[in-house]
Parts: sequence; C-alpha cells; structure tokens
Amino acid sequence: MTADGKGGTMEGTDTRRRRFLGAGLAAGGIALAPGVLLYVFGDDAAAREAGEPASASVRWGLLIDVNKCGIDCDICVTACVEEHGLEGRGRPATDPQWIRVVRVRDPRTGRRRSLPMLCQHCAYPPCVDVCPTGASFRRADGIVLVDRHLCIGCRYCMMACPYKARSFVHEEVENQKPYAPRGRGTVEACTLCVHRVDVGRVPACVEACAERGAGAMLFGDLKDGTSEIAKRVAAFPTTRVRDDLGLDTGVYYIGV
Amino acid sequence: MPPFGTFFAIFVLVLAGGLLSPAPGRAAGGVPLPAIATGNGEDCVEDPQVMRRWHMELLRHQRDETVRRGIRTKKYSLKECIACHAVKDAGGVPVTADDPRHFCRACHDYAAVRIDCFDCHASRPPDQKAKAPTAAVRAEAERR
Repeated sequence: MTADGKGGTMEGTDTRRRRFLGAGLAAGGIALAPGVLLYVFGDDAAAREAGEPASASVRWGLLIDVNKCGIDCDICVTACVEEHGLEGRGRPATDPQWIRVVRVRDPRTGRRRSLPMLCQHCAYPPCVDVCPTGASFRRADGIVLVDRHLCIGCRYCMMACPYKARSFVHEEVENQKPYAPRGRGTVEACTLCVHRVDVGRVPACVEACAERGAGAMLFGDLKDGTSEIAKRVAAFPTTRVRDDLGLDTGVYYIGV
Repeated sequence: MPPFGTFFAIFVLVLAGGLLSPAPGRAAGGVPLPAIATGNGEDCVEDPQVMRRWHMELLRHQRDETVRRGIRTKKYSLKECIACHAVKDAGGVPVTADDPRHFCRACHDYAAVRIDCFDCHASRPPDQKAKAPTAAVRAEAERR
C-alpha cells in the first residue's frame, strides 16, 4: 500500500475483507518491532488562518495501530462522547455512535483484537453519492461531513455507508457544545473533530489515546510526504477496511 | 371614502415606524416592545439598522462558509453573537433560548417569527466550568 492513497497492489483486492477479519498477524509483528513507535502529536496539523478555506492540497487521515489497542479499552469513545456531548439515553439501538469499539476474533486461531471504527472519510464516499439534498459532502481536505442545515433526515446515507458510521438523532438534544451543533431529525457522524483540525489541533480521540491510552492513533496529512502519518503508511503494511470497495478511505489500520 | 393618497401616507408612516424603531419600552400599536439585550462590546459588527434587516443573511452566508469550506472568521459567527448578547438570569447564568429574555427570542417572539437555529445550536456561551473533565473521565484516567 502506498502513501498516496492509491490502494494496495500486492494482493488481489477480493481477499482483503477476509484478511481484515483477523489474519493480519504478520503485519502487526513488523509494526510492533522494538523501537517502532507511533508519534501521536505530529507537527503536521498546522493551523490555517481563520479566513482561509480548507485546501485540497491536504488529505487528513488516521493511522490506527490496533496492536496497541487494549481489548477492553474505550478511551477514544469516551473522549468523543465528552468532546461532542453525545451522552446517550441508555438506549443502545438509537444512541449516537460517532466512534465505537469493534471486537473481532479469528475463529481459527482465537486471536482477538479490538479496534475503533469510525467514519473512514472516504475519497469517494457512498453517503455523498446517495444524499438527495447535498447535505452529505466531502470537504476539500478530505473530511466527510453532514451539513445539517440541509439534512432532511432521510437516512439514505446510513444505508449506503459500508461502515455503519452514521447515527440519526431521534430525540431532542439539549446543552449542545457551541462547536458541535446537533439536533433531532438529522444524521450525524464523526467530523474528524473538524473544529479542532481547523485551528491546528488533533481530534479528541487521538489526543485522549495519547494522554490516557496506548497512543495507538496517529492523525496527520496523508498528502504531505514529510508528515509522520505518510511516512508510517509508506513504511509499514496497513489495511483499510473494505478496501475492495475502492472508496479510498482516509483511515488506515495496522495489525487487523 | 378617503383618497388613495391618505392610504399611501398611512402606509408610509407605518413602514417608517417599523424601520425606525422607537426607543425600547414605548408601546407600538398597544403591543409592548421587546426588551432587547444590548451586547457587551462597544459596537455591533454592523450598524444596528443593517443588523436588524440583514442578520439572517449574514448568518446564512457565514454558516455555509464555515460548514462547507472551513472558514472560521468570527465577525458574523453565530457563536460570537451568542457570546456578546448573552442575557444573564438572577443567578448570573446565561439564559437559553427557552427563556423569553434570550436576545434572539425577545425580538423573534415580538415579530412572531419562529427560528429553529437552537434546535441544534447552543443558545448560550459555553460554561467555563463545563470544560473541566467530568467525574467519569477523571475516574477513567485514575484507573489507568
């Protein structure tokens, strides 16, 4: 797999999905070699001027080293809930999930892994293709968002998303964060903490994972060859979930 | 039957009355004028007359620029309006749009215009105390 996001050429793409379900041990071993660390706070998240629009010369992405994820760890989820005020109402079927922990087990070897699953910020997002109002859109810098001023709550995007990344707000919301408006009748998902990224900070999950977790998440510009994430993606075997769909996702995993 | 000119004169007078709003507190047509909170700053970002007539256009333009293009200038940002025009209750806590004294609400109630901005947007400035980590997060941090 290459850093320019063109996808892998080593394997037939039809086998990638099965590999995702638990047979990535070799890749994990390489990535876990002594002395190999993910530096979470890259200096590549430089702040833009407030009046400057998001630029297509940037492609924001995440690299998640699943080998570092504790089986029971949910720090990234807690941080996201805290950051965006996503407190649920104890109704798992309808409570919002911008990021969740997926626990997988290889039935052959019994190997278990936990990985965070969130909006993959595709370059060719199916949610944008199906949206009837133009509310789903992809920003110039690769962040896929819902413009909730236009969202009519039809939920086509939720059906189209292969990652089940989006949530529908079923109930009235109160005490929203000023930087994270959200309300009933609209679809929402991970924004890659766009309010933070625009001022040069890293997403809340990445920050929390570095401070309180294992430092498994790396955020940065995939198009900038000098960024830590681009170097890592170039140096180590990575997996993108359902790469066979050709969506060119912005979230890379190591060790799944 | 009065001539058309009389109707026209009355119409112009009513229109002028609406545009050049009288001082707060004076009754207009029997309905008490809303008590509109002034901002905390020296001047608003535009002349009050411009704001009265065009604030919705300024906000809509800014919202598209921010959501779609990531432009986060503060001048016409809803967040800044909310911060500057916050109305505090007796306890010194800024009121939400559920309170009729709320800056936006006061005028919109008077004009009978329903806005849905605050179905999603926070209608008061962020609580500084709320920025501290919650008990659950602190406990999580200590446990690890």
